[in-house]
Amino acid sequence: MIVEQIITSFIASGAFGIIFNMPQKSLVKCGLVGMIGWMVYYLLFNHHVNNVMASFAAAFLVAAISQVFARRYKTPMIVFSVAGIIPLVPGGTAYDAMRHIVENQYNTAIQLATRAFMISGAIAVGLVFSEVLNQLIIKFKQSKRSKSAGRQ
Amino acid sequence: MEKKINHNEVMEVCLLAGKIMMQSGAETYRVEDTMRRIADALGNHPSHSYVTPTGIVFSIDGAGTKIIGIPARSTDLKKVTIVNSISRKISSGDLSVEEAYHALKQVETANLAYPVPVQIAAAALSSGCFLIMFLGGWHDFIPACIAGGLGFSGLIYFHRLVELKFFAEILASLIIGLVSFLFVITGIVHQLDKIIIASVMPLVPGLLITNAVRDLMAGHLVSGLAKGAEAFLTAFAIGAGVAVVLALY
Repeated sequence: MIVEQIITSFIASGAFGIIFNMPQKSLVKCGLVGMIGWMVYYLLFNHHVNNVMASFAAAFLVAAISQVFARRYKTPMIVFSVAGIIPLVPGGTAYDAMRHIVENQYNTAIQLATRAFMISGAIAVGLVFSEVLNQLIIKFKQSKRSKSAGRQ
Repeated sequence: MEKKINHNEVMEVCLLAGKIMMQSGAETYRVEDTMRRIADALGNHPSHSYVTPTGIVFSIDGAGTKIIGIPARSTDLKKVTIVNSISRKISSGDLSVEEAYHALKQVETANLAYPVPVQIAAAALSSGCFLIMFLGGWHDFIPACIAGGLGFSGLIYFHRLVELKFFAEILASLIIGLVSFLFVITGIVHQLDKIIIASVMPLVPGLLITNAVRDLMAGHLVSGLAKGAEAFLTAFAIGAGVAVVLALY
């Protein structure tokens, strides 16, 4: 069960790399980022974590790994983070909301739409948190270095 | 001894780099950052830029202002990566103004996209994989591939036919809905919901959403809202196409 999730999320994210026309050598890394993000989401969700929180955690990790990859391979970070975010997009929830609108069940539709909105927000906040944390780490390292340089 | 800097040429290089990046789906802050780095490396005056998804204004102190319009945007992260490495080379002094302009012109006109059949195959494959990720059964794998592939080919075809992206997206999601509906009627597929959700994934505006959020947080409010609006339009188009089929169902 979990093996097929690992394989399919890897292939799906890699294939998305082709749709977004990413450099060939980045495709495998994109697949890897997407796979890790999806596995975090899937495992958390299966352990009864709220899917808003699960999306947040997955997006946070995706952004963190993307930053590491971006620095190591001197490639814009967006190449990696986009592939990782795609599986987390709440397409299913948005679809359910749409279906209930068509069936004139507006109350359920609004509930679902709000949930989809919350999940998108969680993904966004996860991305941003990770980036802020990264900048803090860089600043911390720089100030440490300049302090030790000043002492000499 | 010292060579006089031609600010006009420097501005041309900066604007061209910015235009290619913005057209190909880079974040606003990256476009501004790249243009500033190039200007710093090639010239010696401070530069200013105002970047929006539809146009770039760029000026170098004492050398005037230039503006460039961006009529259409697509997703081509390969070009973003290449321009990024060109700007790195300029910063390290490996490229002169003329060489940089030449290299950028080549990137602008080059068609670096994967062949269309490869793109369609990728879309089809990812649709099938998403079906499994959304806990669908393996017997629906091939139908999801077919629906996703047809939908994506529809998007490419209609986008060539009509320049309006919104229209192409509605039609593409309509195709996906109808094909999935057909599969359900003929009894090949059991879950209409799963196959539609999975097949629609290649159309989802993931890059726009990510960029919109990052631009907003970086303080590029105009770009962030504009990209958010574009993402919302796309999402709405997908939803509208699917809703038509659901209404029939």
